[in-house]
Amino acid sequence: MSPELTTVHSEKSTETGLRTEEMLLNVGPQHPSTHGVFRLIVKIDGETIKESTPVIGYLHRGTEKLAENLNYTQIIPYTDRMDYLSAMTNNYVICHAVETMMGIEVPERAEFLRVIAMELNRIASHLVWWGTYLLDIGAMSPFLFAFRDRETILDLFNELCGARLTYNYMRIGGVKWDAPPGWIDKVGEFVQYMKKEVGNYHALVSGNEIFLNRLKGIGKFDAKTALDYSMSGVMLRSTGIKWDLRKDEPYSIYNRFEFDVPTSTEGDCLARYQLRMAEIEQSLRIVEQAVAQFPEGGEIMGKVPKVIRPPVGETFVRIESPRGEIGCYIASQGKDKPWRLKFRRPSFNNLQVLPKLLEGENIANMVAILGSIDIVLGEVDA
Amino acid sequence: MANLLQQTTSLWNVTMFALAAVVLLLVVLGFVTYAIYFERKVIGWMQLRIGPNRVGPLGLLQTVADVAKLLMKEDTRPQNADKALFALAPVLAYAPAFGVLAVIPFTDSIQFADLGIGVLYYIALSGITVLGVITAGWASNNKYSLIGGLRSAAQMISYEVPLVMSVVGVVLMTGSMNLREIVEAQKDVWNIVPQFLGFLVFLVAAQAELNRTPFDLPEAESELVAGYHVEYSGFRFAMFMLAEYVYMFGMGALVTILFLGGWLPIPGLSFIPGIVWFILKFSLYVFFQFWLRATMPRLRADQLMSFAWKGLLPVALLNILITAVVISVQNGSFHS
Repeated sequence: MSPELTTVHSEKSTETGLRTEEMLLNVGPQHPSTHGVFRLIVKIDGETIKESTPVIGYLHRGTEKLAENLNYTQIIPYTDRMDYLSAMTNNYVICHAVETMMGIEVPERAEFLRVIAMELNRIASHLVWWGTYLLDIGAMSPFLFAFRDRETILDLFNELCGARLTYNYMRIGGVKWDAPPGWIDKVGEFVQYMKKEVGNYHALVSGNEIFLNRLKGIGKFDAKTALDYSMSGVMLRSTGIKWDLRKDEPYSIYNRFEFDVPTSTEGDCLARYQLRMAEIEQSLRIVEQAVAQFPEGGEIMGKVPKVIRPPVGETFVRIESPRGEIGCYIASQGKDKPWRLKFRRPSFNNLQVLPKLLEGENIANMVAILGSIDIVLGEVDA
Repeated sequence: MANLLQQTTSLWNVTMFALAAVVLLLVVLGFVTYAIYFERKVIGWMQLRIGPNRVGPLGLLQTVADVAKLLMKEDTRPQNADKALFALAPVLAYAPAFGVLAVIPFTDSIQFADLGIGVLYYIALSGITVLGVITAGWASNNKYSLIGGLRSAAQMISYEVPLVMSVVGVVLMTGSMNLREIVEAQKDVWNIVPQFLGFLVFLVAAQAELNRTPFDLPEAESELVAGYHVEYSGFRFAMFMLAEYVYMFGMGALVTILFLGGWLPIPGLSFIPGIVWFILKFSLYVFFQFWLRATMPRLRADQLMSFAWKGLLPVALLNILITAVVISVQNGSFHS
């Protein structure tokens, strides 16, 4: 905590003769709107925030250090627990890193399954965000609608890999389980259903006057700030920079699908809301195409040696998670365990701008701004 | 009931009066119990849930169980709280909530006090509750409850102005502040038609007075955790909760009387007794509350203030002006 933050100024107003005092408010780690064990110390003058300090680390489990004593396949379940709302993309980034190092070919069927899983997970993740964000804004029902539809996705994942949250689905060289019979059709049905449902979401919330007034022009920053703070994902795209790794550095088989990268130039909370909603629709487009092109048969695991020993050297790969760019750096000494492993976690980078955005804001805007960053504490603290 | 008031004081009529008050209290408590049940059910259905269905048949005893739990809970008080004020605040909030019911005419015969200034009495008494809220916020010695209490005070005081202003139109039309006379003046047409503008302002301001969605800022859960009553538990918390729902009862009754014609039936359906009509109209308003709660997000504190002073108040004043001009023209005041 910075020393300035602990000193609270009190002064006697010349106009009224009353003594006024700034107040330190401790928000979290147990607070309904911090979305996990996140703590924020704010210095307020009335309802205006003067200064704030985020305190993180309550969920730190030392994933990166633990990984040094695990072989590569054993690391995969640990990544599930970082961004637990989007475990599929986390699974992918570690597998992708090792595959890149070892030059492993992944069979087509496995790539399709991975893309469908990742995009469904992106939708599920954005649904959780949508529901909880509206809960922050004070609307109760959207949360339950969002969770109903997310439940369908979780059921699909449950059929695919037996887990609802921590999937441990992908393996180096492919995926663990093939799609059960009829699963692809179910995904296709879900896409059609969800397309209609997104329309309902917009009808319920997106045009609401109170809602728009709460978000328009709040938490605004420009492209330079976004780049200075190394932001990614929707936080970056809301400032007008069109940057999506699925398009700009295509990995897996993303170059086979048609989809748009929604961007906005507003840079406020409303822009970020609209972009995430648009991303749900784009993900649905990708899943729809993947379902249509899904190969009839084929392997789900590539040719992988019994013991995975990437050659001596280092590599860094990055992919687009629902929250931004998730990266994985591996330094290998040719052993079956990494010598050093590091994750670039988008939530952590995106969160850094919070004190800057909160300065001079109303307390009520605090939750609107924090919510719009869309952090997952498991990922911030890793 | 009115006769009872006129008689000289004797043991008999004092006892009768006390007894009637207890009956009303029980009716109100019964209402609160089932309003909470109804709210949870209605919102549950709107949100793809079932709502309470475990305690008693159809979950009908759920609220009873909840209240029993609150009663049996340990009475906790923060160490550095102001003891006396902490205990006083829930009473301050609850007593006026029940007091306002005295002037409500449920039908042409069921009314406790037929005051000439019924409207004024209701508004003046309900204004006391804000003291309870701000006392609670202050006495808890908690920053969240302090902010919640201050917000509450600012909000309730601000919205009382348009609330009163919107009623002025009705009072002008009736020429009386007596609630019973206001209902009787609506024999031909309910006030909602000539006073539609006033009705809208009243509806919005009442929502803010009741601290309900979209004006539920004082207890904005996502920012202030629970607002002014964050430190309260057990029966003291129940008192605040009770006050809130009793006000909803009161406000529902007031809307029914001022704008929806009280116990008056829809023409042609006069065989249905007045009390049924009253309950029907009143339930409609209560349902409207629940419906809003399931639909709306929450306003921000500063937007709330500017909305009251810059939005509602001018509309209410305009309504008074129009009403006054129309009445003057009808009475021919301009020609004389």
